[in-house]
This record gives sequence, C-alpha cells and structure tokens, in this order.
Amino acid sequence: MNKSVVVIGGGIAGMETAACLAEKGVKVTLFEKNEKVGGNVANWHSLFPTIRQSTEIIQHLEKRLKDSSVTVITNTLVSNISKEGSMITVKGGDARLSTDAVVLASGFQIFDSKRKEEFGYGIYDNVITSSDLEAMMKKDQPITTKSGKPINRVAFIHCVGSRDEKVGNHYCSKICCVTGVKQAIVLRSKIPQTEIFCFYIDLRMYGAGFEELYREAQEKHGVQFVRGRLSEAAENIDGTLQIKAEDTLSGRPLKMKIDLMVLLAGMEPSDGTKSLGKNIGLTQRMGAFIKPADEHFSQNKCSMEGMFLSGTCSGPMSINETLSDARSAAQIVEQYLMNK
Amino acid sequence: MKQFGFSAMTPRVIDYDGDDNRILNYVLRKEPSFTICMSCGCCTASCSASNLISFNVRKLGVLLRRGISDELEKEINKCMLCGKCNLVCPRGINTRNVILSIKKALTKIDENEL
Repeated sequence: MNKSVVVIGGGIAGMETAACLAEKGVKVTLFEKNEKVGGNVANWHSLFPTIRQSTEIIQHLEKRLKDSSVTVITNTLVSNISKEGSMITVKGGDARLSTDAVVLASGFQIFDSKRKEEFGYGIYDNVITSSDLEAMMKKDQPITTKSGKPINRVAFIHCVGSRDEKVGNHYCSKICCVTGVKQAIVLRSKIPQTEIFCFYIDLRMYGAGFEELYREAQEKHGVQFVRGRLSEAAENIDGTLQIKAEDTLSGRPLKMKIDLMVLLAGMEPSDGTKSLGKNIGLTQRMGAFIKPADEHFSQNKCSMEGMFLSGTCSGPMSINETLSDARSAAQIVEQYLMNK
Repeated sequence: MKQFGFSAMTPRVIDYDGDDNRILNYVLRKEPSFTICMSCGCCTASCSASNLISFNVRKLGVLLRRGISDELEKEINKCMLCGKCNLVCPRGINTRNVILSIKKALTKIDENEL
C-alpha cells in the first residue's frame, strides 16, 4: 500500500498501532517526545493481574517496531498538525511531514498528587505515589521509610485525583483499584510482616482476574479494606503518619498511625493530549481527553477526518484495553487508507 | 453546689492503635474464611433478628476487625445462631462459626485464657 501514516506518541498504544499498520505495508513514522519509546508502562515494575514484568511488554513491542521497519523519531515533540487538502501536515522539531492519516496516541499522565495538599505528598517524608512505589520496586530498592526504618503498617489510598471534582476530575480512572491490590500483594510478598490497609470508596474490580486478585489479597496476604475516603493526614514527630477517615461500614470516624502511605494516583490526559486536542480543535470529554466520534461504532475516530485515536488519549484504559484499542485503530486506519 | 450535668465525653473515634486484637486473632485462627468478607450485607438482610430488633451481623465483623470489644460483647448476644446468614453468604464464609468463635473468645478473655 503506497500510503503513509504518522503516529504521535511512542507509548504502548502508538507502538502497537504503528507495528500493525507497518506489517500491512503502510509507511509509518512514529514521533516520541522522550528519548525512548515505552511511555508510562516503561516506568512500571509489574502488571496486574499476572504480576508480569512490564519490560516484557515493551521488549515485545520494540521488536515488532524494528521488524516491521517503522521509522521512529525520538526526542521530538509534535508542535502542530494542519489539514491541507486530503493530506495532513505534521510538524515536529525540524521535521515536516505530509501524510495520509494521523494516529493520535499521546496518552495519559499520572495525576500530580501534590494537588491534594491534605494528603501531604511532597510535604511529608513517607507519603509516596503508586508510581513512586513502582520505581522503587523497579530499582529493586529495599522498601523502607525515608529514614530507612522498617515498615510495619502501610495504607493505600484509592481515588487520588479521581472521582474528585475539586481537582477537576469527576471521572473514575478505573485501573487504580486493581493497581492498589496488586501493589499490596507485591509489597506483602517483599515484606511479609507488613500490615496493609486499603482505603476505598468503591472497589471496581471490573476485569478478568481482578476480583480473584482482590480475594487473594484478603485471603493470602491479610490485606484489610476500609470503606472510607481519607480526609487528612498529619506527620508525627517520629516521621510516622496519623491518618483520618470515616469507617463508613461502622459509621464512625477512624484514626490510625502508619509508617508509609501510598497514593493511588489517577489518570489525566497527558500535556500532549491536552495541547494537541486544544490546538487542533478536537472535541474533548472528561476534562481534556479526546472524545471519540461514537462511543460504540467509532471509538478510534474523532471530530477531524483523517485523524484517529489510539489508546488512553480518549480516556483511562488498562494495558490490555489499550493494546486492543490500538489494534482496532490500526484496522480502522487501514480501511480509511484503502478507500482514500 | 448546683450540678449542671456537664461531663467529659468519651470520643467515638475508632483509635486503631489502641485496639485490642485478641478476639480478631482468635477468630481468624478458628475460622480463617472470615478474611474474605467483602461487607456486602447479605447476612444482615437475611437475619431474622435484624428484621425485628436493632442488630447488624455485617457490623459485628467490622466491630471485630476494629477491636471494639465492649460493643461486640453487647451485640453478639442478640444472635440466635439460626445460621441463615451462613446460607446466603456469596463467598461461603462460615458466619455462624465466626459468631461462635467470637463468643468463645469473649469467654476465654473473661477467664484470662486469651
């Protein structure tokens, strides 16, 4: 097929769509703003529900990009996209490409937990986020308090930056619940004497294997689930934390001393998704995620012809969902190119 | 002197660090299935006692987990041990044995055995 496609974003969605199209003989150029492809997944240690290492996913996709001869341009931020007749011009760094179709795979970024000041992230030493914990595990660092003391009690706080209209995110990021459960299990396996509490509003174990993971956390690892959103945290003089929440199942306020607090930060559209969506004038939803043309029939199309969506630029998704969405995007783009 | 009836109030806050885990640990040893309770409330909905008086089986579990022994001791005697909650539990927890174990643990604490 003598057609060309530009994919914006080298996370797993962009990589999968690019590889699928290139395997069909389309000339694909992939732009990535960072030095390396892999996106958010590359920063993660292990994945739910199988506890598989994230590097396996990245290596698999990298190999497919190479084998299918996708042109990967790293360290390049796409600055502008404009329509010229039936072609689309993409400007990134010094490059200026005229292409038949563009796939937006600019993805998500993790909510900045500093915005929930009452939880003390960036203020108290022993408040970390789920991505900090993954980074510690990836580096194979011993999990201790900041001053190196052993951890006896950990609290995972669900819905940080999700279902929270005060920070502008009314939606559910849907993957944090099971991420918390997975992290609790991995943490318990690393430090078996640790007591773990998860403070949740609702536990949304929507996917295959998720409910089983939740049960495993309770049954094998003794993880306790407290229904109630954290209201505030304070630091004690010895660096431990005092947290307050309502134990809504008993209808009484509850306080507890913990050594480490992990904030399960939600998903927000990435800066790239936000600015491209705004600059091109694409219809948005849930803050600044890109709205698909139709929820059921055209999840990979958007309000601009020739522009397609792949992965989390349209809303929160798990890795499996992202990969399926990326494959579906490739199929829709191929169809579009054949009819063009 | 005139008494106005003022007194110091005991806080209602559950102070997890001041909690007594003896009963919980005993129950978990005797009936490990209790760990997988997801607080759905089927037990309470089916409970004959709950339908007539102020009593909540699901809440017994919460009191147990939080170590609120005094309240647990008061509530536990409202159960008639009919075992209907056992039949409806979607995760197959032996709720009747949980209640029996709580009762046993309370007796043991009275007799300084726990």
